Parts: sequence; C-alpha cells; structure tokens
Amino acid sequence: MANLVSSIQFADPYFSVLLLLIIAVGMSVGFVFLSQALGPRKYDRIKYSVYECGVDPFTSASVRVSVKFYLVALLFLLFDLETAFLYPWAVLFRDLGLFGFIEMTIFVGILLVGLVYAWKKGALDWQ
Amino acid sequence: MSGLFDLVVSVARVAVMLAFTLSLVPIFVWAERKGAAYIQDRRGPNRARILGLTLGGLFHPLADALKLLFKEDFIPDGAHRLFYQMAPMFALAPALMTFAVIPFGPPVEIAGRVVALQVADLNVGILYIFAISGMSVYGVILAGWASNSKYPLLGGLRASAQMISYEVALGLSIIGLVMVFRSVRLSEIVASQGTLLWGIVPKWGVFVQPLGFLLFLVAVFAEANRTPFDLPEGESEIVAGFHTEYGSFKFSIFFMAEYIHMVVGAALIATLFFGGWQVPYLADSGFLLPGGLALGLPGALVFFLRIGAFVGKVFFFAWLFIWVRWTIPRFRYDQVMRLGWKVLLPLSLANIFVTGLVLLLIDGGA
Repeated sequence: MANLVSSIQFADPYFSVLLLLIIAVGMSVGFVFLSQALGPRKYDRIKYSVYECGVDPFTSASVRVSVKFYLVALLFLLFDLETAFLYPWAVLFRDLGLFGFIEMTIFVGILLVGLVYAWKKGALDWQ
Repeated sequence: MSGLFDLVVSVARVAVMLAFTLSLVPIFVWAERKGAAYIQDRRGPNRARILGLTLGGLFHPLADALKLLFKEDFIPDGAHRLFYQMAPMFALAPALMTFAVIPFGPPVEIAGRVVALQVADLNVGILYIFAISGMSVYGVILAGWASNSKYPLLGGLRASAQMISYEVALGLSIIGLVMVFRSVRLSEIVASQGTLLWGIVPKWGVFVQPLGFLLFLVAVFAEANRTPFDLPEGESEIVAGFHTEYGSFKFSIFFMAEYIHMVVGAALIATLFFGGWQVPYLADSGFLLPGGLALGLPGALVFFLRIGAFVGKVFFFAWLFIWVRWTIPRFRYDQVMRLGWKVLLPLSLANIFVTGLVLLLIDGGA
C-alpha cells in the first residue's frame, strides 16, 4: 500500500484531473441520491404518469423520429473528425509552411465536396 | 516530502476551482432573475431574508435549492429507471470538469516551486475541453429518452442535434487562433496574449481573429443551450424539453449544469480571445505604456490585478449571456440548423483559409 502511494506522481497534471473526476462524479451521484433520501414519497397513479398536458397519454412515447437526425449525426462524425485532424496541423502550421497549406487545402476541399453534395441533396434543410 | 507538497497543491487547486465555479452558480442565477426583472421594468426577487437582511434577493437561489432538496423525488412509471437516474449525473459531472484547464491567474512561486494557477496544465488543453464538454450531450439525450414521454424525447433529440451541429463550428472556429498562437495549451495561449501587436494593441485573440471570435461566441451560446438557441427547453412549444419529467433536486442538477456551462463558456471566451488573466500593458514589474511611460507596482498588487482581471472578464461575459437572453427572441429550429451548417461551418472554414494565407505572407516576408 505504501509502495503504491509513493509511486503516484502527484505533480502529474493528470493526477489533478483524476482527483477532479472522482470529486465531480461523487458530487453528481451524491446529489441524485441525496434528493431521493430527503424528499417524501407518496404514490399516486395520476401523479406518477408522464406529463401530457394533463390528459392521459394515449400513445406510447416510443415513436419513430425523423431520419434527419440520423443525417445530422453522420455529418457530425465526418466534420468532427476533420476538426480533430486540423488541430495538430494548426499547431504545426507555421513550421510546415506552404507545403502544409496546400496539403490541408486538398484534404478540406475533398470534405467540402461532401458538404456541397449534402447541401444540394437537401440534407441540411428542415421542413 | 515533495510528493506531499504536490498533493497539497493539487487538492488546493481543485478546491479553489470548485469553490469558484459552484459559488458563481447562485450568483448568476440571482443576476439572471434580477437582470431580467430590471430589463422588463420589474423589481425581481426581494423577499427571502435571513436575520432581516435581503441583500437585494441574493438569498433566493439558496432558498430555491433548499426547497428543491426536500421536494418529492419521483420517477415516472414508464421511465427507464437506471438511465433516468444517470442522466443528471451525466449532465453535472462533465460541466464540473471542463474548467480544469483554464488558468485563473499567472503562475506563482511557492516555497521555491513554480505553481500554475489552474487545476491541470495539460498540453492538450483545448482538446480536453471539447472531449469533456462533448460528454454533456449524453446527459441531455439520456434524460429525453429515459423519461419515456413525448416532450422530453423531442427536446432531447433537438438538443443533441443542435449541440453536435454547433460542436463542429465551435471546433473549427478556434483553429485559426491555434494557428496564430501555435499551441493548444491554454497557459501558453494566455502567455502569448501578453505581448503587443505593432507596439500598441494587446495581442488578444479578438484582435488577431475577429471573425473567429464572432463564430466562437455564437457557437458557445448554442452549446450552452442559451437564448437565442434555447430550443431544447423551448417552454412555449415543448413544455420544458428534455427535463420535463424531472423534479426536485434532479431538476436542480440540470439547472446547475446549465449555469456552470455558462460560467465555463464565459471563462473560455475570456481566456482564448480576451487575454485571460492578462491586463493590457501590465508587465511583471508594473505598467509599461506604449509611449515609454512606466509605472512600477509591487508584485503582489500586479498578481491581484491579474486575478481580478480574469474574474472581471468572466463576470462580464456571463452577464453578456444573461443580457442576450432577455433581449433576443428564440430562433425557429430550421433556422438554427441552417445557421449552424450553412453559415457558421463555411465561414469558419473560410476563416482558417484566410488565416493560413495571411500567416504564409507574414512568415514569407519575414
């Protein structure tokens, strides 16, 4: 045990992140259970039914949702990955010079073609 | 022995950061209600009192928290119990963690060791912020889906689609800034903003990346689900959006998470685009004005001026969030998506392109 403690690098910034993670998760879990422990509880069928403007819910909430949301998720994956690729490039941009600039213009250009295609097909329009 | 010192420093930094963000939550809840009241020509909260003191209604957020803590905590019959309970946790924990890499003051020397005034000086700073704040989408979509009710489902879907759309614009809008400052480590970005541009203007992000700042500002508003992008809650259309079925302190947790996001957003704007803890023309020894004028100041005063500058900037931008909320109406959903994909995304790509061209010209000429 003492060996384990002495092997932890307290100066490592990720130790602070770990500490914060433990506290943040502990607080979040604690608040949820505190709120359950402190409040009163009296069961009532009407009170415990889901909210639908005061009337009995007449259909299940497991409804089909618009396929648009799926398209947005796909486009997000594409462009968020692009963003992740751009970060290391942006840090090194001034060392790479013209070479890096042209390379990244080609890469982003290919993705832009995808965006223009989605745009023309109406994937970005909501009616 | 040095291990103990590091442990104490680490714990102290986490404690200071949490105390700062958590104490700002009730202050901004109060500022929001009071500000809204004065913008709408009302008086706002002014009744709750402790020992005869009202302090302009500052006790109201405290009273609200206590009241919500003792309310009945119910889980609707149709809800998915595990995910319903997990959703508030997923909302609060990432919100508490994002502040970790933001420096709230200059590095100080304690007992011969240089201590950075931020929880963790990570070399992947900005990426850490995106990674952690991206997690809060889970809280929203889980809350909407697990409630097994129609309004939360609609709100959760809208919110997640909106948040991931603007995350793209948010990420792309600061690429230009990273290109200029050549780092994603926030302490280095702040340090670079202490220099002067052409000897007169402080080299703040907003001056080197004006378009990037505007795009970032809009995207942060959308990420924090604040008006004009508060469709996930959209109380006039879908009751309360993703947290319709949440009551008692669980509702309060979503509320806290929203305000912490606002504080983090304000701190990020201040850090990336307004010099963080830097005060214009203030060097370690005192003020150095462009005309050659110098005003010596003691080190402690400089230190407190800088921390004060950071806190002041955070307050100003958090107030900006509140100000905008009570001034501008809400967008329609198709307008939000159009703005995100058809305006912000092409503009941020163009911003990167132009920044690259200008930097090439500067480096080629030098």
